[in-house]
Parts: sequence; C-alpha cells; structure tokens
Amino acid sequence: MADEAKGGIEIHPMDQFIVEPLFGDGAINWYTPTNVTLWLFFAVVAVTLLMVVGTRGRAIVPSRSQSVGEMAYGFVYKMVEDVTGKEGLKYFPYIFTLFLYILLANFLGLIPGSFTTTSHIAVTAVLAGAVFITVTVLGFVKNGAGFLSLFWVSSAPLVLRPILAIIELISYFVRPVSHSIRLAGNVMAGHAVLKVFAGFAASLGVFSFIPIFGIVAIYALEVLVSAIQAYVFTILTCVYLKDALHPHH
Amino acid sequence: MATETTGGTEAAGMPQLEFSTFPNQIFWLVIALIAIYFILSRIAMPRIAAVLAERQGTITNDLTAAEELKLKAVEAEEAYNKALADARTEAQQIVAEAKAEIQAELDVEIQKADAEIAAKTAESEKAIAAIRESAAESVKEVAKDTAKELVAVLGGKADARTVTAAVNARMKG
Repeated sequence: MADEAKGGIEIHPMDQFIVEPLFGDGAINWYTPTNVTLWLFFAVVAVTLLMVVGTRGRAIVPSRSQSVGEMAYGFVYKMVEDVTGKEGLKYFPYIFTLFLYILLANFLGLIPGSFTTTSHIAVTAVLAGAVFITVTVLGFVKNGAGFLSLFWVSSAPLVLRPILAIIELISYFVRPVSHSIRLAGNVMAGHAVLKVFAGFAASLGVFSFIPIFGIVAIYALEVLVSAIQAYVFTILTCVYLKDALHPHH
Repeated sequence: MATETTGGTEAAGMPQLEFSTFPNQIFWLVIALIAIYFILSRIAMPRIAAVLAERQGTITNDLTAAEELKLKAVEAEEAYNKALADARTEAQQIVAEAKAEIQAELDVEIQKADAEIAAKTAESEKAIAAIRESAAESVKEVAKDTAKELVAVLGGKADARTVTAAVNARMKG
C-alpha cells in the first residue's frame, strides 16, 4: 500500500526519450528500426507534404499550403543572403534542409505521445558537428591559411592579440557544443516539464485543472520554442558560414 | 512512451546519454537528412524558385502595362482638354462673328431709318411752313376786308393802299 501511495506521484519525465526498437524487444543495433526511425520518417513525410505536395499547384497566386512553403523558402533564403552575402547562397539547400528538419521535428515532437528526435544530443551533435566540420574545411579551402586570421584580432592592440587568439580559439571549438546542446536542451527541458505537469495532473484528482492550465501554457511556450530554436540553429549556421567565407574581422 | 514497467530499472539516467543507441540514431538521422536534402534540392526548391521567378515576372509585366496605360490615359486627357479648348475658341469666334454681322445689319437699318425720318421731317416742316404762310395771308385778307368795311361803316372813304399798309404794320407789330 505504501508503494501504491508512492506510485501516485511517481513521474517518469524522461521515459518519453527512451529509444526502443519498433519490433520486438531485442538489442538496438545501428540498423535496428526504432522509434527514432519512425519519427525521422514522419519528419521526411512532413517535409514532403509541406514543400512538395503543398506546392504542387505551382500557382502564380499561391494556395494556402503553397504560401507556407514559399514563406519558409523565402525566410531561410533571405536569412542566408543577409548574413552570408551572395556567395553564401550556394549553401542555401543544406541550410534549408537543416532548418526544415529541425522545425518539423520539433513540431512533430509536440504531438502527444510522439518521440522528439531533436531532443537527443546524438541527433543535434550530428547536426552541429556537420556544420562545424563543413564550415572549418570550407574556411581553409576558401581562404587557405588566411582562415586563421579569424583568431587573430587585428583591430586589438598587439599585446592583447595572443590572449585574444586563445580566447577566440576556445570559443571556436565550443561552438559545436553550444550549438547542439542549446537545441537538445531546450526541447528536452520543455518536454520533461510537460511530463512533470502531466504527472501532477494525474495525482491531484479534483485539483488537476491547475497543472492542466500549466500544461496548456507550457505547450504554447513549447510551440514558440520549437520555431525559435529552429531559427536560432539556422541563423548560427549562417553566422559560422559567414566566418568561413569572410574570416577577417 | 509505453513501457512504464521497464522504466524503473533504466530511468536512473537520461536516455539521451544512453550511448548504445547513438549509432542507431546517427545512422537513421543521416538517412533522413539525405532524403530531405534530395527532396528539397531535386523537387521542392527548383519548383518554388520557378514559381517565385514567374510571379516576379508577372508582377513586373503588369506594372509596366499599368504604367503604359497610365501614360495613355494622360495622353487621352490632354487630347480631350485640347479639343475642349479648341471648341471653346471656335464657339467664341462664331459668337463674335455673329455679333459683328448683326451689328452691321443693325447699323445699316438704323441709318436707313434715320434717313427716312429726316426726309419725312423735312417734308412735314415744308407743309407746316406752307400752312403757316397761307394762314398769314388769309389773316391779312380778312383784316383788310374787315378794316375796309369798318371804315365804310364809319362813313369814311377807304383808301385801299393805306388800309393795306396799316394792316401790314399792325400784323408786324
């Protein structure tokens, strides 16, 4: 009976993030279809629905769904152009891929009972690591050793420059860490809080309307966070790309 | 998600740090990203770029057409105003001409009438003068006759010449 009382307030906010096989109960190998696979597939489907099915009319005066697709396209296109300049537009397809995946995965994760792929550090680390490696390689390919001038702040007094170079170097290597943890952390924290409130709602009986209002409020906040984190990830990618294309301060 | 019972053993840590699942997640993520990239770059992006370019072209064309039409409208308005001004001056000219014509005709008529009136007046004056003269003669005759009779009645002998002279003197006086 004591166990029963404890069970009333026992909450597993992190259980929603457990990766498990779709079929059976076996070990998770790298090829095993898991809930990650399923929700990544849904993200691909969502991208297809929005950008391919939605725009199939190719209308001069767009339908609603075509309008949304065009707005996403125009939004990211303008972002890339504004931050990196004309020569950054070559990389627009990659950045648009990142943006749409993160945005739609975040939104899909807000469906109750879903699995949020972007809440996993493994996923966001791959995204941020890909950006980091691409940008670094690109910086050296485009500028050669001149890319190192990114760390040599020529506008600072000569004495300070070595110290600043060390700081710049550290901040450069922290980038992928902050880039990935920012996204995963925000999404994970929001979903965990939702689960905690849901647990309260389950145990409070008549007064459960209080945590339910909390859930509604936090859910609205999470919708906002989903869009903002996708935006932040994308614009930081643009900023890093700009550093690679124009390393001079 | 579903299996709450197994949660007790595993839930101590964060599922995010369950490193055994990393290869699985990374593998499927890379596949998903490649799929999204190809869907976007092969189908969606060329299509949207084409639609946007086409729309831009249509808008530009429509704007130029509107500009042309506007110019035409301005031209038409100018032509209309010009026609209006022309018509007005023409009308004024016609009015002035008509006025002058009427004035000329009127002048001629007035002159004619004046001449007629003058002729009639002269005639009348002559007639009046004649009447006046004849009246004066008659008065003289009557006065002579009366004077002769009076002289005769009074027993005098009327000398015709004296009587006439006297009457003439009186009449003048």
